[in-house]
Amino acid sequence: MKTTDHIRVLAVSALICVASGSAVFAAENPNRFNRLFTPPEKAVQSIKDDGIHDPQGPAVGVLQEPKQAFAPLEKSISGNYVDWTASLRKQQISPLFDYQDPAKKPQPMDLNIVMEVKGSTPDVVFPHNIHTELLDCSVCHPQVFVPQKGGNQISMAEIMLGQKCGICHGSVAFPVSDCKACHSSKPPAAGGKKAAKKAADKAPKK
Amino acid sequence: MNIRQNWIKRTIASGSKVRIKRRFIAYCLGLMSVAGVFCTTAQAEYGDIVLNNYSDQAQIRPVIFPHWFHRIRYRCKTCHGDLGFKIKAGGSEINMLKIINGEYCGACHNGKIAWAMENCDLCHSAKPGTPTQAHKSSKQSLISPQPVEKK
Repeated sequence: MKTTDHIRVLAVSALICVASGSAVFAAENPNRFNRLFTPPEKAVQSIKDDGIHDPQGPAVGVLQEPKQAFAPLEKSISGNYVDWTASLRKQQISPLFDYQDPAKKPQPMDLNIVMEVKGSTPDVVFPHNIHTELLDCSVCHPQVFVPQKGGNQISMAEIMLGQKCGICHGSVAFPVSDCKACHSSKPPAAGGKKAAKKAADKAPKK
Repeated sequence: MNIRQNWIKRTIASGSKVRIKRRFIAYCLGLMSVAGVFCTTAQAEYGDIVLNNYSDQAQIRPVIFPHWFHRIRYRCKTCHGDLGFKIKAGGSEINMLKIINGEYCGACHNGKIAWAMENCDLCHSAKPGTPTQAHKSSKQSLISPQPVEKK
């Protein structure tokens, strides 16, 4: 073996040791911050070692890698780590509304439903707009949500167990860890929500 | 240059046995660290659906449906409105007969819009025995995957 080869072997293995040694340490540190969170760099695995695909199967190497598909899309903090709404708005993706007729366009409905919630949590603002861009009315109404204001009692526990909003949010659409995506109303003025409501009630109506 | 050459000389001048030992140790360390990186808990993509209603009994790999791939190309409504997919992993009780008849996956996976069904292994690509699940869903992290009740 030539000396240069020897150097190369030593240098490469030393580099690998240092680089991955630190990674191993990071994974093993029991007091790591947010230890139950999946760091974004580890969130997108290759299909071969993602835990559910059979690494011996012929699909590995043929199917598209998510990392490749997500590269040009807007990033987010949870789920697929892709902001699907922003990607759609910026026309980075152009999903068809009808699989047989590419010319068919959705007719979005502009109606925000504000749902008051307990405590100091910001109220939920439900935008019909993006939901009607992607879905038909019949997917949610009337089986999942009664089309009536105040007709739907929703709890976070229900959502996390896959009911109501949780049918999609928590399995496909952005998950509940992205709190502010739904609890997005502006915080009321000083004195909290109740004071703000009282003030609104007292204000003379024209 | 001189310093480097001296260092090389010192490291390799001490006989072939030591050299081999050092090389072996370096290789081992390298291998271990690489293994350490790749053996961390692997997870598939959020929203990947595993369908194993009938696959294990039929001795074929369960199906993996990647939501991410399809939502880049189609809006939710095409499948969950027009094609009648239930919004529940395994809830539509899809079988190959329905697909051949052009229902569910068969509406597109017919060789005209998307690959035809002779590419069995592209859909049937999960590890055998993987239960039906919405992968990484909050429900899955709270409750372990339950078998879907069949009618």
